[in-house]
Amino acid sequence: MDNRLKAKVVSLFDEPACAKNVAKGKKERRKGCGKPLTPGATAGGCAFDGSKIVLQPITDAIHIVHGPLACEGNGWDSRQSASSGPTLYRNGITTDLTQMDIIMGTGEKRLYKAIRNAAERFNPPAIFVYVTCVPALIGDDVEAVCKHAAQKLGLPVIPVNSPGFIGTKNLGNKLAGETLLDHVIGTVEPDDSGDTDINIIGEYNLSGELWQIKPLLKQLGIRVHTCMTGDSRYRDIASAHRSRVNMMVCSAALINLARKMEERWGIPFFEGSFYGIEETSRSLRKIAELLVKRGASADLIAKTEALIAREEKRCWEKLEPYRQRLQGKRVFLYTGGVKSWSIVSALQQTGIEIVGTSVRKSTETDKEKIKKLMGSDAHMIEKIPPREIYNRLKSDEADIMLSGGRTQFIALKAKIPWVDINQERHKAYAGYDGILALVQDIDCALSNPVWQEIRQPAPWEEGWSSPEIDSLFDDDHLFSERAS
Amino acid sequence: MSIIVENKRPESINPLKVSQPLGAALAFLGIDKAIPLFHGSQGCTSFALVLAVRHFKETIPLQTTAMNEVSTILGGHNHLEEAILNLTARVDPRFIGIASTALVETRGEDYVGALKEIRAKNPDLAHRQITFVSTPDYNGALEDGWANAVTAIIDDVVIPWSTAVTSFQQINILPGVHQTAADIEALRDIVESFGLYPVILPDISSSLDGHVPENWMTTTMGGTRLEEVAHMARSAHTIAIGEHMRKPADLLESLTGIPTSLFPDITGISASDRLMALLSRISGKSIPQRYRRQRSQLLDAMLDGHFYFGGKKVAIAADPDLLVTLARFFHNMGATISVAVSSTSHSPLLKDIPTEKVIIGDLTDFEDAVRDNPVDMLITHSHGRQASERLGIPLLRVGFPIFDRIGNAHNLTLGYQGTQNLIFRIANLFLEKTHHPKPADFEDSSADISKEPLYA
Repeated sequence: MDNRLKAKVVSLFDEPACAKNVAKGKKERRKGCGKPLTPGATAGGCAFDGSKIVLQPITDAIHIVHGPLACEGNGWDSRQSASSGPTLYRNGITTDLTQMDIIMGTGEKRLYKAIRNAAERFNPPAIFVYVTCVPALIGDDVEAVCKHAAQKLGLPVIPVNSPGFIGTKNLGNKLAGETLLDHVIGTVEPDDSGDTDINIIGEYNLSGELWQIKPLLKQLGIRVHTCMTGDSRYRDIASAHRSRVNMMVCSAALINLARKMEERWGIPFFEGSFYGIEETSRSLRKIAELLVKRGASADLIAKTEALIAREEKRCWEKLEPYRQRLQGKRVFLYTGGVKSWSIVSALQQTGIEIVGTSVRKSTETDKEKIKKLMGSDAHMIEKIPPREIYNRLKSDEADIMLSGGRTQFIALKAKIPWVDINQERHKAYAGYDGILALVQDIDCALSNPVWQEIRQPAPWEEGWSSPEIDSLFDDDHLFSERAS
Repeated sequence: MSIIVENKRPESINPLKVSQPLGAALAFLGIDKAIPLFHGSQGCTSFALVLAVRHFKETIPLQTTAMNEVSTILGGHNHLEEAILNLTARVDPRFIGIASTALVETRGEDYVGALKEIRAKNPDLAHRQITFVSTPDYNGALEDGWANAVTAIIDDVVIPWSTAVTSFQQINILPGVHQTAADIEALRDIVESFGLYPVILPDISSSLDGHVPENWMTTTMGGTRLEEVAHMARSAHTIAIGEHMRKPADLLESLTGIPTSLFPDITGISASDRLMALLSRISGKSIPQRYRRQRSQLLDAMLDGHFYFGGKKVAIAADPDLLVTLARFFHNMGATISVAVSSTSHSPLLKDIPTEKVIIGDLTDFEDAVRDNPVDMLITHSHGRQASERLGIPLLRVGFPIFDRIGNAHNLTLGYQGTQNLIFRIANLFLEKTHHPKPADFEDSSADISKEPLYA
């Protein structure tokens, strides 16, 4: 790893705003956030993957991956991060390095030409260039190429130095945050700047979830200057330093970004979520509180309370009919971070019983919240192998599982209903409307008559019977006819 | 005769190619109790895994040696060993297929030596088959990866012919990556109906077909049994499907002396006829009634369907063998291949595609060419959906990956029935864009139809 990258990574592992990090000893801190990877027993994404997740949703930018085919080839156009306008970000562009490039060292030249061609063809406001394992290994100086290209072409060309083999997705998330801080945020002044401008960090507008929240904020006169990076525009991110408040969602993956924005530009941040009724209300309150602290009109607080009261009432009214139908239904939650607790409370109040939630990707604060909501540690599951989940589901320990796309088959093969609550899902579950949609989807999944037919035994299995067929072969019936 | 044109752009915009390691993984997934292992950083596996899961809608057993920047420099032997031992302990596979990635290939390692050492250190690995194949993604694409993996398995496992080998009514089948699980299953049925026993390598029809097993499986839940692969020399004949299977087929023939028939594909009436005739000659049995009926049904489908193909223009982007198959099919039904894009130039058959030129390029070459040359249908994998939206032209999804449709493993295109299915599927897609005539359509004609009719 080149020395500057190494220094950057080490600095990332020292995060004063993260409670878990502060609690570690110096030696432990240096090891980083996740556990070390076990060959043959690992399934997560790499640092490159993590960096792309954070930056790709910048809708009007061009994203070029410098490396051989697979890095971009296997991963492009796979997330449902939605855009209200430009779709440049959906293009998958890679230098598709060949063996000759690697042997002859022509990768840098190829990259420069690729940047130049992309700038000509798409005319974007900026280009992000991602470094992958191979160019990092052979020492391609991507930063130099980007600098040169930026000069010659007259637009920002930003290197994202997060090659896969340096760590996990989480590290990549943080490095992407650093990239925005080092190269983007603060480079442009906004056209206008109001005292109710906020940024939402860690929101990627999956399936349009940002658009479930925006109307609520609009009613309060609060403007989302930009998300990092859902439905974002490059210039809005570049001018994000003039917003008044930062809200950080998604469990602190980008806490370095939020903290440094506070350090540099005095923008206070808080961690919140729009999943679940209480959390949505709490987040709105907190935004209002912080905005007023920073000079917004004081009546914002009252306006917010009125909105919250109205929305909560409306939401509970709509959820009421589902209370009866879902009373006592048992849900197994197998997801990470913020979702492991934020939907718990809303579901519980609808009468749904949470029989277990996975905390393998949760922070300490997440776990505290879960304990408060669910009472004991018994329901928190650290790491559980798929076979275990399958067996538990098969032995009727839950009526439905909520998880991400990769684990859906565990539930489905166990013949248990399943609802997708992860990033590849196609439904929006944020805000008051979102929790209603989730409850509706859970109800729909549970009440689908297809489960009866799926679970019934096959004709060769025990427990199968058909009175119509049995009666055809009923011997007594034959004898009685003969006798008469 | 078509000219082959290489796209000279340094960047690939919206790649058509799918990487070699993934092709190898798919082949390994056709082996019973197998787990494919990528030697590289964990991202390589993660990306491939997610893509395969989306295509097959199944849990895919695929693992990684989790290389990092330190082990890359110092050498990955330890990671390789650890991965193999962990897999053995946790998952108990009968077969571990290891595919290399660009990262370790760039660094350059002695994999053969490494595996030897690992086996020597761990004698209880003796009864597990571990096969290594070199598949850097900076070379080739899906078909190459698949074929290289099959070649490696044949090399490692097949017992060469000797006078001790007894021959049976057994047929070897080496399908290409362009056959789906449904295709393989149909082929098995056909072969068995002639009283012949098929040994299919790899056999994804029972591992990637999507079924609900009795228990939770941590390795593949079906596939070719290695014991059968070992005894491939007992067969009377080998059938290989696809030009990319020539290398493994040649190796098998050199090891066993068994004659090989290489079919570019088994789609279309002519190819299906040849298969039937071959099986009939090998088995000495006449072609079963069932397939005679199916042939007659296919003729009917061709008659009903050709109206919708004649005069239509299509654009196809695919891996070489799949491209050749589809181009020939559409051409034989009367359509014109206006645009043909291939992921690589690795097939001598590309020049025989009935079109003016074949571009070796990506989906942007595809989209650009279609803009210049409008067509009635786009044919490629799911990544063509953006182009389909932008151009307003319907997309027929073929190949890999298809992640925005379900049931992909069951798209049948092999044999009489498969060809019939394909005809109906495509004809109905054309029919969805039925045009309702309006006066404006005839604006240019000499007759003036705007006048009132004489008789109301």
